[in-house]
Amino acid sequence: MTTKLFGQRIRRVEDPRLLSGRGRYLDDLGHDALAVAFVRSPHAHARVLDIDVSAALEVEGLVAIFSYDDLDGKTSEPLPLLIPHPALTHGRTPYALAKDEVNHVGEAIVMVVASDRYVAEDVVGLIRVDYELLPPVVGVERARDGGALVHDDVPGNVAATMVQEVGDAAAAIDASPRRQRLQLSIERSASMPMEGKGVLARWDADDESLLVHTSTQTSTSVRQAIAAKLSLPVDRVEVVTPDVGGGFGVKIVHPWPEEILVPWASVRLNRPVKWVEDRREHFISSAHERGQLHDVTVGYGDDGRVTGLSVQFWHDNGAYTPYGLIVPIITSTQLLGPYKPTAYRVEFASLYTNTVMVTPYRGAGRPQGCFVMERVMDAIAADLGLDRALVRERNFIQPDEMPYDHGLTFQDGRPLIYDSGDFPASLSKLKQLVGWDDFAKYRERAAAEGRRVGIGLACYVEGTGVGPYEGGHIRVETDGSVVVSTGLTTQGQGHQTMLAQIVADELGVPMERVRVTTGDTRRFKYAVGTFASRTAVMSGSAVALTARKVRAKALRIASNALEAAVDDLEIVDGHVQVKGSPGSQVDLGAVAVLSNPLRYAFDEAAARATQFATPHDPDQPPVAADDEPGLEGSGFFSPTRSTFANGMHAVVVETDPDTAEVKILRYCVVHDCGTIINPMIVEGQVHGGVAQGIGGALFERMEYDESGQLLNASYMDFLMPYASEIPHIEIDHLETPSPLNPLGVKGAGEAGVIPVSAAIAAAIEDAEGVVITAMPISPSELFDLRRAREQRGEAR
Amino acid sequence: MKPAPFAYLLPSTVDEAAEMLAATGGKVLAGGQSLIPLMSMRLAAPPALVDINRVGGITDIEVGDDAVRVGALVRHAALEAHAPAYDANPLLRRALRHVAHATIRNRGTTVGSIVHADPAGEMPAVLRLLGGSVEAVSQARGRRSIDAADFFVGPLESALGEDEIAVGVVFPRPPAGSGSSWLEISRRRGDYALVGVGAVVTLDSDRNVIGAAVSLISVGATPVHVDVGHVGADSAYDDVDWSGATELVDAAISPEADIHATADYRRHLAQVLTRRALAEATADAAPRVAA
Amino acid sequence: MTPEPLHEVTLTVNHVPHQLRLPARRLLSDALRHDVRLTGTHVGCEHGVCGACTVLLDGQPIRSCLMFAVTADGASITTTEGCLEPDGELGAVQEAFHDCHALQCGFCTPGFITTITAYLETHPNPSEQQAREAIGGNLCRCTGYQNIVAAVLRAAEIKRERSAP
Repeated sequence: MTTKLFGQRIRRVEDPRLLSGRGRYLDDLGHDALAVAFVRSPHAHARVLDIDVSAALEVEGLVAIFSYDDLDGKTSEPLPLLIPHPALTHGRTPYALAKDEVNHVGEAIVMVVASDRYVAEDVVGLIRVDYELLPPVVGVERARDGGALVHDDVPGNVAATMVQEVGDAAAAIDASPRRQRLQLSIERSASMPMEGKGVLARWDADDESLLVHTSTQTSTSVRQAIAAKLSLPVDRVEVVTPDVGGGFGVKIVHPWPEEILVPWASVRLNRPVKWVEDRREHFISSAHERGQLHDVTVGYGDDGRVTGLSVQFWHDNGAYTPYGLIVPIITSTQLLGPYKPTAYRVEFASLYTNTVMVTPYRGAGRPQGCFVMERVMDAIAADLGLDRALVRERNFIQPDEMPYDHGLTFQDGRPLIYDSGDFPASLSKLKQLVGWDDFAKYRERAAAEGRRVGIGLACYVEGTGVGPYEGGHIRVETDGSVVVSTGLTTQGQGHQTMLAQIVADELGVPMERVRVTTGDTRRFKYAVGTFASRTAVMSGSAVALTARKVRAKALRIASNALEAAVDDLEIVDGHVQVKGSPGSQVDLGAVAVLSNPLRYAFDEAAARATQFATPHDPDQPPVAADDEPGLEGSGFFSPTRSTFANGMHAVVVETDPDTAEVKILRYCVVHDCGTIINPMIVEGQVHGGVAQGIGGALFERMEYDESGQLLNASYMDFLMPYASEIPHIEIDHLETPSPLNPLGVKGAGEAGVIPVSAAIAAAIEDAEGVVITAMPISPSELFDLRRAREQRGEAR
Repeated sequence: MKPAPFAYLLPSTVDEAAEMLAATGGKVLAGGQSLIPLMSMRLAAPPALVDINRVGGITDIEVGDDAVRVGALVRHAALEAHAPAYDANPLLRRALRHVAHATIRNRGTTVGSIVHADPAGEMPAVLRLLGGSVEAVSQARGRRSIDAADFFVGPLESALGEDEIAVGVVFPRPPAGSGSSWLEISRRRGDYALVGVGAVVTLDSDRNVIGAAVSLISVGATPVHVDVGHVGADSAYDDVDWSGATELVDAAISPEADIHATADYRRHLAQVLTRRALAEATADAAPRVAA
Repeated sequence: MTPEPLHEVTLTVNHVPHQLRLPARRLLSDALRHDVRLTGTHVGCEHGVCGACTVLLDGQPIRSCLMFAVTADGASITTTEGCLEPDGELGAVQEAFHDCHALQCGFCTPGFITTITAYLETHPNPSEQQAREAIGGNLCRCTGYQNIVAAVLRAAEIKRERSAP
């Protein structure tokens, strides 16, 4: 195989369409559909006593008002618990419309369908709901004390507790020469894609079929869920993912109440119905992540080697647990990063609060785990007066220990076994890139100018490409074009480009001939979804394997046409030819024609495949018993385990001695995602991840008050960084191929975000000499830390 | 997030606008950069909007010997870019650069942001610092001028009557030998300031301080104006100890905590920025005095 | 309840006049998207912070979610569709975004394209720092801005190349 596209910086095939305004995002469709708006709870915890719609009924343009009592069949049951787990003993999911209790501000109670969204919002404003207020549970501490309950039937607000242990951590820590205990916390943030969610449903009463467009990360599973909830045969429901304006995790959750209600209303009203989430709705009724408190005890030797690690943490899962325990399980396993504590115990409790539910946001529990582990490494270095990079090096899993089995169970229910990676090499690259060993001199020079600077680093390992499987279908058309379909969805990661690169290479066709479709159940019905940095690994491998099948078939057909042995053939530039003899060739389009024995010559090319046009063996059927017509094939990839990408970040910050403002002077990344398909796209993923990480480290948080009101539910006050807040990011790559898939790739999507809070905390700590135990940190909070230190009478 | 319905009125003269405002109890729509988001969030639902964007005679920037007068339809960006206005009073551009982002400044009006009376707004504080005034017109009271000192009453609350239209504001020129500065700290560039400070320092012909004042934003219900002239009085421009000014400022402000900063931190920033702004304004003034 | 009164509004969008009858409260962003049906302009926050809806009003970037369509009556508006070359090829800024991988999901992109197109009219040769400032009022959740900054510089280059005789 000539690998001329794999590994190249190829400009994206998606771009021209998106750049010229021809993208089709959810709200670009269905201009004439009815519009939906919701009455959402203004209270964090309340019983719904009465709904009075009488004032709204006269509004011109109102079509329908629905509340829980209107729901029928399975739509009136709670939404599915997507990822059950034996430890999730008290899983709870919401109703599509609140039944008689609301558990967070923003929970949908009444659905309004009207001629347009303006009118629908007018109606919402006229509907009166009477509530009996219940005590709200906000924050891990309040949830943990169990004084008030989110769900009456969940004692102590505990959805789940879970323990994993390797070795006897307590004994190992007791036996360690040195010990420390740290309390570490991370606050809530959220995916916050620029496009909110949205659903458009078109019921075709004549065909008794439903076509749903939704801004999702998994169209196949939404399809199954809609069919189940609406009691429709699955084959009467198709779900299409249009262009999606970012996902970052929040759109993997499904079915959202609206993904059931909008199709349901379309069937019931026999009209196209559309709901487009506005920004406030996205803040108060989608999902958040990150909020966790951690209590860590570590034992280590005088050389800095960890001998025992015990972590207990409390995960705020919000009001419901549709996505199970994925986030805390990831924290509890991925916390270990590139290190090998001899003995490890982790225990977590997943707790209900009267806040928006918590589901994975890019990184999905890893930023918290990385923060914990890297704070531990820095604490050990500080205690022993050792170089922080050296302490990390001493705890690294070594390349010759790969594959490395941690003895734990990962988020996919499979063993946590690292497949590859060279952590010492990555660290060495990072130290070189950032100038780690020369930083002391830089610090001195800065200090002489009255400036405070600091450096920090953080390392992580990310399980990527989790199963169970993905698939692909490839068809070579008779004009030689190649149509590729994969079931998972895309939200801007350049999947169409990346997959086209792979297929073009494997098939030997020019990339311009390859068209890729994602997330359309009319094209491909079996898929899992886009999450966990899995597309390159899963769909990339699936389409590569499928392309090899199609290639084999093309060679087989061409060998007859060219009267040459398969082994003597190659495919170059869309032509099958005898190796070394390009004069003897047949183009793939013609092979596609020949692959489909025809009776009717519907076009000129088809004539070549009709019954009197081709010589054939009269004793054999036109299509062999083990064959099918068409130059096409399907294939699936289902790996035994996840691949494990890794990376290390270093950051240099300057803190203003007067104002406590934090400025990032340099941000350096060394990244290992195995073999790289398109470095331009991978770097783009890293840039974006780092920027979100910086948001999470210095700017973004979900600020709930005690009553459960989200105080900053707007872009004015939820501080996503602008260009002015994000530095230039320097990247170096290491490629240690994964042995677990045919391409050697590991995922890259989430990587950038994971270690940012850890690295920035370390850098601020280094600049300021105050211990950082909670992120994000604002200038106001850094000022408080300085004050506290002054009051303790400590010098900087 | 869609606005509630309203009656839309499109006057072509100030008098017509004043008449419509009195008749409807509506609100004036100029740039709309503060009003429209409030309406989209349905935090405001005025029964009528009097859109003054086609009203004549309120579009000019007039640079006079004593003042820069800005009409109600002058966009922030136009004032920011206006060279004669900058020459007459550099503080205007220095502060305007901190008003939201450039795209908002293309549409938002300076007069509108003053009328909005946001205690975190830059231009109300600039007007207060310069001792400016607002020109208002109503059907009932005709035309009147309201001093900045009287104009800002509380958060988002001004002395402008419900039926009054602000047709312009007057930014007096500081005395000869004056320098100015605008400094602020915000969480992200373009956000409302956690604290902002404008300063004007005036030197005599020997480059000794003869006047100084600061106005601060985000530390009180209105812009907080503090005359600190006596602190630096008679000190040479390169030898002023402004520390007394920070004490005066500290006594004058009443910052509150919000989700972005504690009151203590704001108090601290007010001192830091006051010191810096006065120093910068002094340095700015020095070359304006002929040696 | 009585239906809302409709207003005659003429919007010249990308040089094409559109005569519309709209309620006064119709936001310009919605009018462009759902009445003119040019959906290249996107709506990300509807409170003027994200910049995805930025269009050019008589050449100046404005937030189309912070303006009523009636107020824009008679104005000339340029959307990202209007930033294409007359022959339909990508405009200089769009081409630069393609070259530099300055977009991922593409949702915020139209606001950047219009903003940068206007910026380069008055700043044909920006520095990297100026390029970063020029995009300072637009949010992007995907790219981390680095490649957008590069695209501003590249767009200036392409403009020069295209205008060279």
